Parts: sequence; structure tokens; C-alpha cells
Amino acid sequence: MRMIYAVILLLAVLVLNFSMMHLAPGDVADTISQSMGGADQEILDQIRADYGLDQPFLVQLGRYIGNVLRFDLGYSFFYNKPVTELILQRLPATLLLVFVAQILALFIGVILGVISARKPNGIASHFVTMLALFGYSAPVFWTGILLLIAFSLKVQLFPVAGMRDVTIIGGFWVQFVDVARHMVLPVITLGSIFLALYSRLSRATMMEVLGSDYVRTAKAKGLSEREVVYKHALKNSLSPVITLAGLQFSAVISGAVLVEAVFSWPGLGTLAFQSIIARDTPTILGILFFSALVVIVGNLLTDLALRLVDPRMRGKG
Amino acid sequence: MSDPKPIQSETAPIARHPAAEAWEMFRRNHAAMVALIVLSLIILAAIFGPFIYPTDPFDMVWAPFSPPGADGFILGTDYLGRDLLAALIHGARVSIVIGLAAALMSVVIGVTVGALAGFYRGWVEEILMRITEFFQVLPTLLFAMVIVALFGASLPMITLAIGVVSWTAVARITRSEFLRIRELEYVTASRASGAKNSKLMFRIILPNALPPIIVQAALMVGSAILFEAGLSFLGLTDPNVVSWGQVIGSNRQYILDASYTVTIPGLAIFVTVLAISLVGDGLNDALNPKLRQR
Repeated sequence: MRMIYAVILLLAVLVLNFSMMHLAPGDVADTISQSMGGADQEILDQIRADYGLDQPFLVQLGRYIGNVLRFDLGYSFFYNKPVTELILQRLPATLLLVFVAQILALFIGVILGVISARKPNGIASHFVTMLALFGYSAPVFWTGILLLIAFSLKVQLFPVAGMRDVTIIGGFWVQFVDVARHMVLPVITLGSIFLALYSRLSRATMMEVLGSDYVRTAKAKGLSEREVVYKHALKNSLSPVITLAGLQFSAVISGAVLVEAVFSWPGLGTLAFQSIIARDTPTILGILFFSALVVIVGNLLTDLALRLVDPRMRGKG
Repeated sequence: MSDPKPIQSETAPIARHPAAEAWEMFRRNHAAMVALIVLSLIILAAIFGPFIYPTDPFDMVWAPFSPPGADGFILGTDYLGRDLLAALIHGARVSIVIGLAAALMSVVIGVTVGALAGFYRGWVEEILMRITEFFQVLPTLLFAMVIVALFGASLPMITLAIGVVSWTAVARITRSEFLRIRELEYVTASRASGAKNSKLMFRIILPNALPPIIVQAALMVGSAILFEAGLSFLGLTDPNVVSWGQVIGSNRQYILDASYTVTIPGLAIFVTVLAISLVGDGLNDALNPKLRQR
């Protein structure tokens, strides 16, 4: 059921993509003629006929969807490469950034939430409150630049830009450490917004759970505070946080676009930015499609995670 | 709504307008009051600033990278020697106008979708909620970037792009309020007395669904400002208008020489959005009757 629904959503993204390309002023023929330095009407018509641009809207739409199903997202005249190839080169960097930031934010957020729920007036709790205020209000690219100034320029702890240092040659672990060093600041920047969300929510749900009857029962049985919190209460407070995390995937990707721009991270966001400046429409729409795909896959993974955590969910869907 | 007080009590409160009651609650929230004052100052600066401080933000008035305070420029000059204070004052207009217009637009779309879905239920709800989910799957910033890139970077187009991608939360909230309120007795009574559907929706149900929508709308203004800042940071903005994000974007290559050209405009965005979200929190406490009972 879920899978079918995901496929329908993807098809809808394709239709939207294509309609926007259709509605936008200028088409492939204009792009090609521009790159040739101008062309007269006869050649323009010829190009349009070659690319099937003179066909009715629905025929073109059908052909576009058919192409995408064969992983053909068109050709980028700016990069002189098929769009799919271009995107697949950049996708891993974005996935790495997005998933590491999400998972760390979720993990640390839940821990912070639990600690601050146990001591509502403790340091952790105040930290969560401050973090929430900052995370909601600070522009993510600004946070990134501040971190860059502090930890790359003033104190030269981390590299300024990119994902790896081309001068470093070595085995897997050398490369791993190199990428990890480059990742620290982008992940902190991107993760901080979501850390704020998750820690606040998990504090709220944890406080609610800690006040509930079964926790009191567990305590009355003589279980230690620790056992009650980590064995009983935590499990039940997880599912709202995971649900929220699932809803955030599209926001995480939006954030990643800005973070990539700040740190010159070689991912989809940077590619999107460059192709928008170059007015490279097929690439832009391909990125929109792939990022929607990432969000949909992220949602499916969230469902899986929810089923693991909450047995009540297993029957559904 | 607090518990009904006994009528014979001598200190029975005189029935007051709900707005007055909410204001009373709001005033007790110190953080929200301070935020409201800060926000008012920013709005006043946006409206009257350009008349009081008429320097054109595009004029190259002095040497580049003159630090704040030096040579008579309170916030210094940027990489082209343009006055940063003038840019901040003019940028405030763009941020606030786009923030308000985009939030208004997403509220109008969201309330319409949510109201129709929650009122009619059935297949209308099914279709509208699927559309809402569809918009939640699209990465908002990328989608808005695409709209602006394809259809031109004018301020109305940027507003439209932000409005089109950010109405889903409003739609969900409106729908759930409508689902709750449509079952209440007073609605049944109005329906029985022959009120038309349109009247039921917008005159009878909507007013009671407003509090959470107002809170969400306040927060939307903040997120729309952040959104516009992000777009203009990437350079997707009207090149003839100064905005805060664009100042950061164009100066960021020079952070080594002049970090203030980036930190100061960012601070302006941060303070504005923080003030809006604190006011939103205050509104939430003042308008949410459940919280008020505590």
C-alpha cells in the first residue's frame, strides 16, 4: 500500500516538473540556439521538431515520464552530460550530509530530552530551551558562516570548504578521517536546527510519559529510576519524535541546500545552485525529482523505524 | 474558557471582549512583551528609516571594508564601499513586506484547503489532504528556487513561491480544528436553523477555529522571512532591491577581511525572527484556553 502511494507521489512530482518546464518562458530550442550564438526561425522549428517539442502537451508529458522510468532525465547542455549521471555523482555527498545530520540530531536530541525531562530546571533543560529559540530563529546559512569564522578561520580546527582534501592520499581510514573532518561543521550547522526540534519534543513527551500511571507502577514495583526511564519510558516516548523526524526530511534537504552553499559541499544543493545560475532547466528539474525521491524514501524508512519501536504500528499499512 | 464563576458572587467579573482578555494574558508574558516592543521598533525603522537616514544603499559612499564606527559609518561599509546601515534599513522593508505577504498568502491557501477538507469530509477531504501531502514531499527551498529561477526573480514571484510552498501546516491545523468544531452543538443548531454551507464554514466555524491559526500565522511570518533570506543569500532575489540575505550572500567571500558585513545583517534577521517567534509563543499562551486553565 505504502509503496503504491509512494509511486503515485513520484508520478505527481514528474507531472508538476514537466508542467513547470512547459509553462516557463523559453525552451530547449532557445537554449541550444543560444549556445550556438543565435539561430533563425527555420532552425528553431527544426530543433523543436527533432526534440518533439511541437507535439501536444500530453504526448510530451507521456514521453517525459517514460524517459524518467528508464532513468533518463534529459541532457544538460551546460555540463554536457546526461542529467542522471550528473545527479548520481553528487547525490552521495548530499545523502551523507543529510542522513548523518538527521541521525545525530535525533540521537542527541532524544538524550538531551530525557536528561532535561528528569531535571526540568537543570542545565540540560535550559540548554534545550535556548537551543530551541536559536534553532527556530537563526538563518541556517548565518549559523554556518559564524561557525566557519570561529572554527576554520580564527581557530583553524576544521577545513574551510569542500568534502575532501585532494592532496591527502592514503588508505580507506585516511580518507575517512579526511571526509569526517570536512563534515564536522556542515553537520553541526544542519543538525542544530533539527536538534532543537527533537530535543524539545522528546522533553515534552518524556515528561508526559514520566507522569503516567504505568511509570508510577514500575516505580512502585521497586525498579530503579534508571531502569524505569531507559527501559520503559524511553521506548514509549520515541515514536512521536521519530514521526516528527520523518516529517522533517524535506526541511532537512532545504537546509542542506544552504549548508552546501556555505561550505562548498559538493552535493545536490551546490549543483542546484550552479544550474540555476546557468539556467540549466533539465538539471534543476532532475534535482527536484531526486530530492523528492529522497524525501519519499526517508518517509518509508521512518515508517520502518516506527514499526520497530512501536509494535502497535505493525498491523497497519 | 475558565470554569464558570457563580453568578451571585459579588466579585463576578464583568464579561469582557475575548481580545481584551487575551491581551491581559499576553501582557503578563514578559519575554513576549519585550519581543513585541523590539518588533515594533524594527517595523518603525522599516517604515520611517529611509526618510530619517536617506543614504542610498546602492551608493558607493566610502572606501570598502571600513569597520563599524570608523569614518562616521555606524555599521561600516561593505566590499563595494556601500553603507551597511542603509542596507539594513532598506532590507528591513523587503524582509517584513515579503514576510507578511507570503504568510498571508499561505494562510489564505491553507485555511481554504483545510476548511473545505474539514467541513465536507469524504472525497473532498481525501483529495485535498493528498495534495497537502504532495506539497510536504517537495523540498520547499528547492521548489521555491525552481519557481524563482524559471519565472523570474521579482519580489511578487518570490512572495508567491514562498506562499505556495509553505501553506501545508496551516491546512492541517485548520482541518483538525474544523473536524473538532463541526461536531459541536452550536454548529448543529445553526445547521438546523438553515444556515448555508458557506455561512457555516466561514461565519460560524472559522471564528472559533482562529486562535491556533493566528498563532501559526505569526510563526509563518518568521519562517517566511528566513525563507526569503535563504533565497536572497543564494542570489535568487530582485537585483534592484536590497535585502538582508543578499547582503550576506554578496559579502561572504570577504569574511576573512570583514566578518561584520556578514554577522551584522545575520543578527538583524535573527533578532527579527526571534522577536516574531516570542510574540507567537505569547499569542499561543494568550489564545490557547487549555493552557490558560493552568
